[in-house]
Amino acid sequence: MASNDLIRSTKDSEVALKSRKKDAVVFLTIIYVICTILAILSLWPFVCMLINATRDTESIMANAVSLIPGDHLKVNIDALKKITTFNAKTGMKNSFIISASATILTVYFSSLTAYAIYAYDWKLKKAFFGLILGIMMLPGTVTIVGFYRTCYKLHLTDNKLMLILPAIAAPGVVFFMKQYLEGALSMEIVESARIDGAGEFRTFNTIVLPIMKPAMATQAIFAFVGNWNNYFLPMILFIKQKNYTMPIMVSLLNGDIYKREFGCIYLGLSTTALPLIIIYLLLSKYIISGVALGSVKG
Amino acid sequence: MNKRKLVSYSKFGYLFAIPFLVAFLIFTLYPVIFAIVIGFTNYEGAIPGKLKLLKDPLENFKYLFKKRRSGEISYFLQAFLNTLRMWLVNFIPQLGLSLLLAAWFTDNRVKVKGQGFFKVVFYLPNIITAATVAILFSTLFDHPKGPVNDLLRMVGILKEPFNFWQNKIASRALIEFIQCWQWYGSTMVVLIAAVIGINPEIFEASEIDGAGRWKKFWYITLPSCRPIMLFTLVTSMIGGFSMFDIPNLMRSAGGPDNATTTLSMYIYNTAFKKPYKYNRAAAASIVLFIIVIIVSSVLFYLMRDKDAAKMAKEKKAEMKRRKLEEKGV
Repeated sequence: MASNDLIRSTKDSEVALKSRKKDAVVFLTIIYVICTILAILSLWPFVCMLINATRDTESIMANAVSLIPGDHLKVNIDALKKITTFNAKTGMKNSFIISASATILTVYFSSLTAYAIYAYDWKLKKAFFGLILGIMMLPGTVTIVGFYRTCYKLHLTDNKLMLILPAIAAPGVVFFMKQYLEGALSMEIVESARIDGAGEFRTFNTIVLPIMKPAMATQAIFAFVGNWNNYFLPMILFIKQKNYTMPIMVSLLNGDIYKREFGCIYLGLSTTALPLIIIYLLLSKYIISGVALGSVKG
Repeated sequence: MNKRKLVSYSKFGYLFAIPFLVAFLIFTLYPVIFAIVIGFTNYEGAIPGKLKLLKDPLENFKYLFKKRRSGEISYFLQAFLNTLRMWLVNFIPQLGLSLLLAAWFTDNRVKVKGQGFFKVVFYLPNIITAATVAILFSTLFDHPKGPVNDLLRMVGILKEPFNFWQNKIASRALIEFIQCWQWYGSTMVVLIAAVIGINPEIFEASEIDGAGRWKKFWYITLPSCRPIMLFTLVTSMIGGFSMFDIPNLMRSAGGPDNATTTLSMYIYNTAFKKPYKYNRAAAASIVLFIIVIIVSSVLFYLMRDKDAAKMAKEKKAEMKRRKLEEKGV
């Protein structure tokens, strides 16, 4: 009797197991189909861009969708060089100067500010931290009219400095750094440095900063990409062509007389997107874990 | 002993916060105050004259909401509605898709292989310059000859090439699609982190109680993700209200018939194009700021974690009690 029950129950569980397996197969199939479609959607525009960058305008006009690269890359490069508003060398240089400087300022001063909030007790600390949380909600467009006026008053409307210096005050990064410090830095380390006679500023630079390295690296990537991709501010501030950044140059591809040169437009787009794609693929692990980290802590 | 130490070091707190404060005062606070002030003045034109309060100080604000001569709603209101609409239509499917993917990728019974690859690919569009994306899509959706038109005709969906840029719904849909396409990967990664953060024992316990996939999602995953979803909602909303690069650089450039003009584009066009109405743009940006504050406060209030709020209150009371006790001792 008992053994019969046992047999039946194992049979039941076998059936259950089988149906569960079948369920899993169906479930997985749906997931893979949808994910594959999404992956194609993510990649196709860029693939199309890269392939068309190597084709001549006529064949693009005849059939814009192709998976076979053409042989007109060289011709397109020459055509792109003729577009006066598009100078990849100048653009990259400007974008790099601005992004690198702004990133260094953001990361360093945000760490310093976060340390000020974390390590010291001062009267206005709470109010200050509240202020930081408050300005995190400020949409960028709200300040633009006044910001332009500031630049105008300082005679710096056409100056890269105005894209670099504001990076000192990055509320979101300060918030992230403070959260990180709470988990990573124990005040005992700071205390022992004090006993050894190190000054406060030196302690920050030699002891605290190295501890913050992982957080700084994550934030540096995002700050750099954010600055590199910034279009709104440089578009408003810069008049002289020698100051143009990559996003401005790429935006001018749209209305150029070379508009009909499709191969050339795709090549211009590729020169702005390809460096980012390569850097992204190299750093994707850190970037994606950085996205996850920023949100959970935020 | 301890107290004296804190006092002697506190000046460094101020000292280290100075650079941030100075940059903030010059580049954020002054501009905001300036905008608030000139919203009520005659500050306009290529070379603005002396700052003077308007006879009717609210004139700029009133203008924003005044109907056009044709009887249609004002350009500002239209820009506001466009922005709201384009944000909502991008955000709702974005959140839905991200939640679905997050639930799939974290399923504890069925392991999805190749997750790393999918995450990297889904996040890719987010890293590319918005200006590049806008020009790329403009070119892809070109009329009459463009990759998308060619593709749709090849598959047989379209007979004649379709002009996306002269159709209000299509122009909007394109911008909504791009926003969603650029951001769902990011939201998904965020939500996956949130789901992984849930105590796995809760899932196991619910499985023993016989909860299926759907029930687990509805009763465990969703409620646990609430704070993170709120975070995503607010950041996405603020980003949505400053939407500029993509609608401005699409071939439709705010059109057709202003259907894709956003608030930021309205502010930009008013201030930096003839006749340079800085005051009106300032008024518009103040209104935008107020809208953002109101909406995010409401969101925070609606989605606040009631238990956590209660606990915080109790903790505060406890701290107070302790302080009193200390003083008593």
